[in-house]
Amino acid sequence: MRIIPLQRKNLSDTTFLLLVTIGLFAAMYAAGMIIFTNQGFAKPQMFLNLFITNASLIVISCGLTVVMITGGIDISVGSVTALVCMVAAYMMEKQGASVYAAVSVSLGIGLAFGLAQGFLVSYLGIQPFIVTLAGMFFGRGMTAVISKEMISIKNEVFLAWANYKIDLPFGTTNKKGVFQHAYIYPTVIAALVILILVIILLKRTKFGRALYAIGGNQQSALMMGLNVRRTRFFAYVLSGFLAGLGGFLFCLNSAAGFVEQARGLEMDAVSSSVIGGTLLSGGVGNPIGTLFGVLIKGTISSLITTQGSLSSWWVRIALSALLCFFIVLQSVITSRKRKTKSGSSGP
Amino acid sequence: MSKQNPDKDLSARAGASGIQKVLRHRLFFPLLCLALVLLANVAKTPNFFAVSINNGVLYGYIVDVVNRASELVILAIGMTLATAASGGQDISVGAVMAVSAAVCCQILSGGEVSVTSFQNPLVLAVSASLAASALCGAFNGFLVARLRIQPMVATLILFTAGRGVAQLITAGQITYIRVSAYKTAGGYIPGVPIPVPIFFAIGTAVIVALLLRFTALRLFVEAAGVNSSAARLVGLGSARVVFVTYVICGFLAGLAGFVASSRIYSADANNIGLYLEMDAILAVALGGNILGGGRFSLAGSVIGAFTIQSLSTTLYAMNISADQLPVYKAAAVIAIITLQSDVFRGFIRNPRIKNITGSIVFSKKETQT
Repeated sequence: MRIIPLQRKNLSDTTFLLLVTIGLFAAMYAAGMIIFTNQGFAKPQMFLNLFITNASLIVISCGLTVVMITGGIDISVGSVTALVCMVAAYMMEKQGASVYAAVSVSLGIGLAFGLAQGFLVSYLGIQPFIVTLAGMFFGRGMTAVISKEMISIKNEVFLAWANYKIDLPFGTTNKKGVFQHAYIYPTVIAALVILILVIILLKRTKFGRALYAIGGNQQSALMMGLNVRRTRFFAYVLSGFLAGLGGFLFCLNSAAGFVEQARGLEMDAVSSSVIGGTLLSGGVGNPIGTLFGVLIKGTISSLITTQGSLSSWWVRIALSALLCFFIVLQSVITSRKRKTKSGSSGP
Repeated sequence: MSKQNPDKDLSARAGASGIQKVLRHRLFFPLLCLALVLLANVAKTPNFFAVSINNGVLYGYIVDVVNRASELVILAIGMTLATAASGGQDISVGAVMAVSAAVCCQILSGGEVSVTSFQNPLVLAVSASLAASALCGAFNGFLVARLRIQPMVATLILFTAGRGVAQLITAGQITYIRVSAYKTAGGYIPGVPIPVPIFFAIGTAVIVALLLRFTALRLFVEAAGVNSSAARLVGLGSARVVFVTYVICGFLAGLAGFVASSRIYSADANNIGLYLEMDAILAVALGGNILGGGRFSLAGSVIGAFTIQSLSTTLYAMNISADQLPVYKAAAVIAIITLQSDVFRGFIRNPRIKNITGSIVFSKKETQT
C-alpha cells in the first residue's frame, strides 16, 4: 500500500479525549504507587506486568478500534479468543498437532469469523451488533462443542514460547541485594508490533483514511468515490484476524482452553477503545488511546488485586462506570459539535 | 432502501386471493416457524401434546414448554417495545433479571444465606426488586433517549456490570429462600392445575396489549421508531417515548427475574437469565418484527418466544447441552436476519437489477445523527 505523508493535525476534541485518558492513567498509576508503595507498585516490573497480562487485549482492542472507527462494533472477539484457545489446546493435546499448525488454525478461525461477519454487515447491511452478538454466542457454543472439559497445554515447544523471558537492561535490586532484570514475554513484543502496524495502517494508508471517511459520514464517503462496502468488509476481516491472533497470545498466557475463558473480554476491548477516545458513532479513534485504555483497565485490576479485600467483581463494575463516564463525555462533545456545526470532525 | 411503492402494494393486496392474503399476513411466518418446530418435536417424541393430571397439576411436554417460556414471553414483550421505539435492543435484560432476583432474595432473607421464613414482607421485597429493575431500565433509557447512544452500546454497560452488582447485593453467595410461599410464583397455587408463571406471562401480555389497544402508546412507539425526527416535528416527545419503553423493558425484566428466582427459590447471580437476552432478541426477530424499529406485533413476539422454547426443548431432547445451545440459536438468528434484510429481499424480488442505493445500507440510527 502506498504510504501517504501525514498532514497537519487539527484535533481539538480528539486530543482532548486522548489527554483525558492519558491523564487518568497517570493519575491512577501514581495513586497506586503512593498507596501501595510497599507492595511493589512502584517497581518497573509492575508496569511491565500490565503489558504482559494485557498483551492479547492490546491486539484485540486494536482490531476493535478499526471496526469502531467505521461506526461498527465487533463483540464476538471474546468468544473468538475462547474458541481459539480451545481449538489450539485440543489440536496440540488431543491430536498431537504442532504449534505451527495451531497458530495457523487460530489465525484461520479469526479470519473466518471476520469474513463471515464482514460479509453479513457490509454486503447484506445487517446491524453489526446483531451479527457479532450472534458470532459471540456461536463462538462460545462451539467452544463447548469441542470440549466441555478444560484442556491444559503441555506441548513443549508451546511452553517454551510461552515462558521465554526477555530480560531488559534495567531492573531492581531485591532485599538480598541481588540485581533482578525486569523482563517481558514475546507476547508483549508481538502486541507492540501489531499496535505500530495498526497505527501506520490507520494514519498513513489509503485504506486507513477511507475507514475514517466512512465513519465520519458514509454518504459523503460514497460520493467521494470510496468503496464503502469493501472497506467496511475489510475492517471486519482485520478485526476478526486480530481477534484470532490476540486469542493465540491469550492462549500463550493462560496455556489452557476452557469454555468460560475470556468471558467479558469483548467488554474489556470495547471499553478500552471507548476510554481511549474512539467515538462510538465512528470517524474518530486512535490506537494510542486504545493502548492507554487497555493500560487503565490493567491498572484497575491490579489495584483491586493488590488491595486484596475487594471482590473481583469490582473490576467489571469500575470499568463499566468508567465506560459510562466516557460515553457520556463523548455524547456531550458530539452534541456540542452538532450544535456549533463546526463540521471539522475526525483527525 | 428498496421499499415498495405503497400504492402498488395496496393494489396488489386488494387483488390478492385468499391464500395470498394468508401468506402475506404478518403472523404467517412466525406461525409457520412455530408449527415446524412443534412438528419436529412431535416427530421426536410422539406423546409431545399429551397432557395428563398428576397430583392435581397438569403434566406433559407441552405444558412444560409453555411454563418454561413464561419468562421469555415477559422479556420478549418488553424487548419488542424497546426495539420498536429505538431501533435497537436492550441486551441488559438478563443481567437486570439477576439484579432483581438478588434484591428480592436479599430483602427476604435479611442478609442471611439461607432462611426458612421471611425476614421482611414479601410485598416489600417484590416491589423493591421491581423498582430496582425499573431503575436499571431508566438508566438505559436515559443513555439511549437523552444522550442518544446506540441502544446496544448503552445497555452493554449494564450487561457487564449487572451481574457484578447482583453479586455485590448477595455478597457473592447464592441466597436461598426456603419458604413455600416464595416458591408459589414459580410453582403452583394449591388447587389450580396450571403453573403460576403462565399466569404471569398471560397477565403481562394482556395488560400491555390493552395499553396498546386503548391508549396512544402503540402510535407513539411506532412513530418514534419509524422516524424519530419526524415524530418530534409533529409534536411527539420521541425521547420520552423511547425512555418509557426502556423503563417498561427493565420493569418486565425484573418481573421475569422474580419468576425465575421463585422457580429455584434462590438468587443465583451468575445463572439467572443467562443467555436470555439472546433468546428475547431472537423471539422479537422470529415474531416478524424488524429489528431496526418501527411497526411491531406483540403477538408475533409471543409466538416467537414459544418457538424458541420449543426449539430449546427439541435440542435438549437431542442430547445437546446447555453450553452448546447458543451455536444453533446463533445460526437461527443469522438465518432470520438475513431473510429480513433489505438487500436480500431486493435480490429476491428482482435479482437482475443491481441495487445501486443498496450499495450502502444505512442503519436508521446512523442516518439520523
